Amino acid sequence: MTQMSPVSPGMLPGLNTLLSRYAESMMWLARYMERIENLARLIEVTETFVRGPDGRTVWDTIVQINTDEVHFHTLYPHATEDDYLAFYITDLANPGSIKAMANAARENARSVRPLISTEMWMHLNVFTKALLDLEPSHIRRTGLSALCNRIKQDCQTHTGITEGTLYRDQAWLFYLLGRHLERGDQITRLIDTRYHTLLPADEEVGSEIDTTQWASVLRSAAAYHAFRRLQPVTTTPTNVVGFLLKNEGFPRSLALNLRQADGLLTALSTHYNLRRQCSPVRERLAELRATLEDQTTEDMIIRGLHEYMKWIQKEIAALQNDLAAAYWPAPQIPPQDVSPHTGQ
Amino acid sequence: MGARILQSQLQDAGIFAAYHVPDFFCELMNRGGPLPDELHSVRDRLAQFDLAELRHRTENAEKQLYRLGITFTVYSDREAIDRILPFDVIPRILTAQEWTHIEKGVQQRVQAINLFLHDIYHDRNILRDGVVPEHLVLKNANYCEAMVGVDAPGGVYVHINGTDLIRDRSGRFLVLEDNARTPSGVSYVIENRHMMLRLMPDLASGVPLRSVEDYGSQLYRTLCEVAPASVTDPQVVLLSPGIYNSAYFEHVFLAREMGVPLVEGRDLLVENHRVYMRTVAGLRPVHSIYRRIDDAFLDPLAFNPDSLLGVPGLVEAYRRGNVTIANALGTGVADDKAVYAYMPRIIRYYLDEDPILDSVETHICAEAEGLAFTLANLEKLVVKPVGESGGYGLLIGPHATAAELDDFRARLKARPDNYISQPVIDLSVTPTICPDGVEARHVDLRPFALTGKSTWVLPGGLSRVALRKGSLVVNSSQGGGSKDTWVMSA
Repeated sequence: MTQMSPVSPGMLPGLNTLLSRYAESMMWLARYMERIENLARLIEVTETFVRGPDGRTVWDTIVQINTDEVHFHTLYPHATEDDYLAFYITDLANPGSIKAMANAARENARSVRPLISTEMWMHLNVFTKALLDLEPSHIRRTGLSALCNRIKQDCQTHTGITEGTLYRDQAWLFYLLGRHLERGDQITRLIDTRYHTLLPADEEVGSEIDTTQWASVLRSAAAYHAFRRLQPVTTTPTNVVGFLLKNEGFPRSLALNLRQADGLLTALSTHYNLRRQCSPVRERLAELRATLEDQTTEDMIIRGLHEYMKWIQKEIAALQNDLAAAYWPAPQIPPQDVSPHTGQ
Repeated sequence: MGARILQSQLQDAGIFAAYHVPDFFCELMNRGGPLPDELHSVRDRLAQFDLAELRHRTENAEKQLYRLGITFTVYSDREAIDRILPFDVIPRILTAQEWTHIEKGVQQRVQAINLFLHDIYHDRNILRDGVVPEHLVLKNANYCEAMVGVDAPGGVYVHINGTDLIRDRSGRFLVLEDNARTPSGVSYVIENRHMMLRLMPDLASGVPLRSVEDYGSQLYRTLCEVAPASVTDPQVVLLSPGIYNSAYFEHVFLAREMGVPLVEGRDLLVENHRVYMRTVAGLRPVHSIYRRIDDAFLDPLAFNPDSLLGVPGLVEAYRRGNVTIANALGTGVADDKAVYAYMPRIIRYYLDEDPILDSVETHICAEAEGLAFTLANLEKLVVKPVGESGGYGLLIGPHATAAELDDFRARLKARPDNYISQPVIDLSVTPTICPDGVEARHVDLRPFALTGKSTWVLPGGLSRVALRKGSLVVNSSQGGGSKDTWVMSA
């Protein structure tokens, strides 16, 4: 991935006519594909590694990460494993399910189909269609782990095709903005939920902990081996949280993704004469990054990790809204659902 | 001796060995005389293929179409199904001479249509001279009051035209209908060629084929040529109803080929009678719009006030000459099935020339004689509703049951002005790969013409085949398939 510099010299000519709607769809395409990948990874890791004291899988973790407690428990007062899986994989009525997100990714991809490469479209077309055809009975037949792995790999294939074929213009910058904001949001959700379920309030920081569980947090973010290389011995909650929030080399850490987003905004403002619309977004992002750099992980934990994570999520949502206000101000006409048959 | 000759002939016939050459004009096997040399060689090459192999190639091709999303959407009740246009690997071939005839005929017809439209929205000479009945034009559902007195740039109303052609038993080309509003299908002409070259490189190799690659750039050129005269570097866009439209793939295809934004109504707005699109850098002016939205949905201020697809104020911006809309509004009068009956006279009236392409003999049920004739000969005629598209609401007399005939008789008497009738034409056939082998299927041809400063016709066009045995209906929404159309360059 072009991590260090998303801008290449060839991005300049005559391209300041990107439709607002395209920019919005590119951003959401990236966000939904990230979300699908994250959820698939989370489900897989949860099944394998997240066990309660009785040795059974704690599926409720996923419900907490997605803040679905009320919705889910109203729907399933006595939830079974199959209920959790149906809700997060095949239930189209749950906007956070893999199927619903595949549908959203598909609609956005269809909107930007004139813009993206044929290879990107062809893969998205086949992949999202396959997810839309997924039924609860397929989950057990395929095996949950195999299914999640396949989904993850398809998302990564998408990332690779995009990197290799998408033209580097504004559409690319908005796509990457979506990816990095989404990764930032996802990591704070993971940390927030797992930190507090694994460390109940009455336990002291530093007390004996279940390292398996903390390893599962890392695995949920595909961070386990990178973390090990850095911290071969000491798996402490503080180390794990610090790595996921502040590490500058890990592709899913908050710090790295915010830095990437900052670079993209710089590219937008310097290369496309979009500086004016960009500045409130950049200010907000700069402040967000400063709070991350100015505090040690211990500070964050002492001051209240939960509040800080919630605040970051709120700020990332605000960044998304700032971008929308700057680049795709809401049209007067509500979006249309079904169009009549036209043509001859 | 005799048996051996028969044996070797059968071997030469290959995949066509069991082909029952019908009594119709067959594009590849029976042209009522010796086969032109260029067809001969392609037929012989084709014959050597293995049928199972061809089927295999076709299946792969169709899978690829699904993967690529080269599909159209059929809406039934509450379901939306993505379908591909079935592709048949045996090409439909036109000789250079045949093509020259078609090209000239289409150019002539488009020229006459544009002159006719200009006339009916200005001086109405043709009505005053009694060549075309006034009510047929002025009371036509597609007649557009907003166009009266508007000068379309360059006098062009129909920039993109599709002419549906069929061949009769003698091989004569006949115009079946004109499509002067928003004709669709051109993307399949180009995609079919790509498919053909991928699937059958061995068949097309060395054959002098006219290319179809130019359509996108020719369309772009056309739309630039007709942009408002004051603009030097026009911004062209393609206006689509959006991702749920059945022809969305084609809209994507054309926007991409032209390198212009595909916009929806909500991407455009009108300020001070000028059209703009919403971009990340703010509003950008738009000068030339290839619209794939019907007249009625273009502008809620001018037409259907409930339309959310259109752009409020677009029609007034157009009337003031600040933007070009292609095709212009109100062109549906020219491709109306009732006006069709007058096309030979319209051509003579404006151009003082005989029509190069013949029309099908047409009875106008709005006229007493036409109705009487139609009612008396219903079982021999094709009856078509005026102003419909997609092959819906059609009666094919010889194929209809007594009950269907009675039902249609009642409909005719209730709304005679809603119908025309024509004799059943023995449409030409072409060998097509069918479940039971290579069989004859009826075929038509829709060449596409682009008109800016001049008229350019895409070599070939869309050949649609009726895949059901004996069926005359080639529409994609009614089980039709398509073929690559080859125009020989010499």
